[in-house]
Amino acid sequence: MNLADSLETGENQVAGPGANVQARRLDEAIVEIVSDSGEGAQKAGQIFGMISAKMGNGVWTVEIIPAEIKPPARSREGASGIRIRFGSQYITNMGDEADLVVAFNEQVLFGRIANGAFKPGTVVLLENKWREAQVPAVAEQYQAAVQSFREQGLIVHELPMEAACLELTPNPRVGKNMFVLGMLCFIFSREVERAYQEVRQIFAKKDAKVIASNEALIRAGYDFAREHLELCFEVPSEPRSQAMLVTNGNQALGLGVMASGMELLAMYPITPATAASHYLAGAFRKVGGFVHQAEDEIAAIGFAIGASYAGKTACTITSGPGLALKTEFIGLAVMTEIPLVICVVQRGGPSTGLPTKVEQGDLLAALYGEPGDAPKAIMAAATIEECLHFVVTARRLAEAFRTPVILLTDANLATGVQPYPRPQLSADWLAPPIDQSAWQEGVPPYDWDATTGISPRPIPGQAGGEYVLTGLAHTFKSKVAYDPESNQRGCDMRSRKLAALQSTLKPPQVNGDPEGDLLIVGWGSTLGSIEEAVGKARAQGHKVSSVHLRFLSPLEPGLKEIFSRFKNVLTVEINYSDRPEVPLMTPETRRYAQLAWLLRAHTLVDIDCWSSVQGQPIQPGAIHAEIVRRLQGEVLCSA
Amino acid sequence: MFGLKADWSLEVPPRYYTLEDYAGGEARWCPGCGDHGVLNAVQRICRDEQIPPEKVVAVSGIGCSSRFPHYMGTYGFHGLHGRALPVACGIKSRRPDLHVWVATGDGDCFSIGAGHWIHAVRYNMDMTLVVFDNNVYGLTKNQTSPTSRQGLRTNTHPFGALLPPHNPLTVTLGITNVSFVAQTVDWHPAHLYATLRAAFDHKGFSFVRVLQRCPQYTGQVFEDLQKDPAKLLLLTHNDGIHLEESSLKLFPTRHNHDPSSMSGAHAIAAAVEPVPVGLLFRDPARPRYETLSSEGLDMATDAKLAALERTFDQFAV
Repeated sequence: MNLADSLETGENQVAGPGANVQARRLDEAIVEIVSDSGEGAQKAGQIFGMISAKMGNGVWTVEIIPAEIKPPARSREGASGIRIRFGSQYITNMGDEADLVVAFNEQVLFGRIANGAFKPGTVVLLENKWREAQVPAVAEQYQAAVQSFREQGLIVHELPMEAACLELTPNPRVGKNMFVLGMLCFIFSREVERAYQEVRQIFAKKDAKVIASNEALIRAGYDFAREHLELCFEVPSEPRSQAMLVTNGNQALGLGVMASGMELLAMYPITPATAASHYLAGAFRKVGGFVHQAEDEIAAIGFAIGASYAGKTACTITSGPGLALKTEFIGLAVMTEIPLVICVVQRGGPSTGLPTKVEQGDLLAALYGEPGDAPKAIMAAATIEECLHFVVTARRLAEAFRTPVILLTDANLATGVQPYPRPQLSADWLAPPIDQSAWQEGVPPYDWDATTGISPRPIPGQAGGEYVLTGLAHTFKSKVAYDPESNQRGCDMRSRKLAALQSTLKPPQVNGDPEGDLLIVGWGSTLGSIEEAVGKARAQGHKVSSVHLRFLSPLEPGLKEIFSRFKNVLTVEINYSDRPEVPLMTPETRRYAQLAWLLRAHTLVDIDCWSSVQGQPIQPGAIHAEIVRRLQGEVLCSA
Repeated sequence: MFGLKADWSLEVPPRYYTLEDYAGGEARWCPGCGDHGVLNAVQRICRDEQIPPEKVVAVSGIGCSSRFPHYMGTYGFHGLHGRALPVACGIKSRRPDLHVWVATGDGDCFSIGAGHWIHAVRYNMDMTLVVFDNNVYGLTKNQTSPTSRQGLRTNTHPFGALLPPHNPLTVTLGITNVSFVAQTVDWHPAHLYATLRAAFDHKGFSFVRVLQRCPQYTGQVFEDLQKDPAKLLLLTHNDGIHLEESSLKLFPTRHNHDPSSMSGAHAIAAAVEPVPVGLLFRDPARPRYETLSSEGLDMATDAKLAALERTFDQFAV
């Protein structure tokens, strides 16, 4: 039962916090806090999400970030905040419309309404000080907005939150977020003591007065909600036996870098990848690692390649424009078989594009960005947990196959926060000490195995292994060679490694029945939304399944066989594709979404795609609607 | 030399390295190219310092001079145009035990790689940068370089280079944390050797510009300096680069310059004539980045795993 329905029917009532309060039981809830930038909505939401995770709920939080650092106050585009989806079960995505939103002014709500964040029945807790604003235009704006919200079916509660805070702090702009946190703790039956604990941890290095003041605001918000609102819900959780971590995707990448045994991150600031480097900048040295902030994106990867060449496999983390700048060096790393991990936190493109927003637009650039043939391993994390584990895998693959590995994540994973099982660390994850023993006499620097293309690599310091790495075409002895056979041979051997890697992979698991009317294929951060939508459609009797790819180069084996068992195959992606119904579009001119391009070429299956580039995660409701639309025959699929 | 010490005792190293140990493929530079002289000098220094060849990495970009690593018998990295320095710095960052030489040209370093040049000087990692400055792009066949003299006719400026040349010495001296700046010429092997040896011995980033001739395109650019050695200003000092008396005689114009004086170095570098050769600036006390970037190298696996667990604890619920 969702929040709006529970308010309608009054069912599922259970005893709530405090003797006289009845709480309504929910399976899950989606809450937003939106404000002008700088009012602390994100901090309050992060704490709320953390409390929920610690109480054993499934949680997904996603930040609502304006493009500018200080957008004008009370502007629709300036909406800044956070969404927290939490429930009794594991939560894998941001969900659809919010159940409840706390807004610090009415204008930022318009920004969220434009993004489809709410539905009729969504409860709005709105700061009401603007009703009495001294500037008449502001008061008029506010009243018109409230009327408009109610006409749209939103349940608006106008609340004097700021006035209540003023009793405790002279500057409510700084403290109101904690008051709101307290309100939410009451509304959703969170243990308020847990909120105090979080505040004490966050402000551990500050004055005791700061902590006391924040605790007082939380308590005041809690009491305020109890006294003024008849809203009280419970989202039960199962106690967990397993130890869990709660991080966002960028922190998970950072943890992965450390757990992989890599010792060097060379980076240049770029949104949204930089937060991973920020995290490592503080943490890496504690485990013996170093973050090098290079003078530019090119130098960052060059530095990492230098360290890798010298035996210390290194990592660079970037986003689209940085990936473009690194292209020439990636080609060199492929050509000279340097192990290297390149994490790409994708954002909207092309060019500067949408720096803070999500897109899966770098797949083909990662695959084919370099001039000439540059085969390399490419993986994509589908969950925040995978952001951690895939870095560990990437380092090992890079060394085993003597190749750069690109790990794709995106802005949705980067800022999403989710609990996941704490990994059991192992010394096997760490890189072994570099080999400085004498190089075996007579073994050339590229002693390619004719079947796999794999060869051992001399590390500087190994006597007898002295060779000159070159980006020029070269023989197995690393001698510059312009003859036809040598270049063909080198290209063959480098490509052969991908075939060897593929031979070690298993076919992907199908979510749902192994055959049916429609197969959804996805990659990256859309996993949770796709599986939720497919699950809902299957529960309604639709014969739909999904498959999610983790390896994009080489592709996982068995895809064609899996596809052949479905009447239609559709990729769902957050990147550009031509819609078939637009002017001038023919099957010959239509440009497909990136994974669809790739799969069509690899399997010769007539795969369709459904994608968009609106800078937002694809929500389960939208995917579900598309599944139903296709399966009800509204779309005559090409197959 | 040869393990014979001042007290006449003989130290026998585990293995004595000869010039052959530092020789790679046969150098394919044009006959008369100044690059041959630099290669000889570097190989001799490695031999004289008895550096194990496996501990030496020669790093380069793209250009005639960037073929340098192929002709060394050590480890080598022949990478991308303009990008030798980031690679060299990366090598040194977690392998401070390796000896790094960087070979680059006036186009590779001062044009496409200019950003890295500025920053590598500031990082001040212990390595020697040798800029083979022949005032022209040779490998790509005679295009204007940043140090081409105004009026030089090239394939890209058939009516003559449009602007006065870049002065790499003043630029390098102007970079914060610069620690070693020297200039030499390819036609004085003794000075070339002594300069590169001092650069190699310096703990920090050594910038050495070698004025050298490209017999194909710029064979005449330094003719005035060769015909009239008085136009060269030899920098002498107790703390500077030392030459045998016989070599000193080749430099009629000399100036006693204290290499710890930045203001003196600037004045010398900024003058159009005479052309300075020798050590302009040295400060061994400046911070070196590899001492920071290599922190934690010796961390034991158990300690690392324990630290990782503590790191994970911060996110535990």
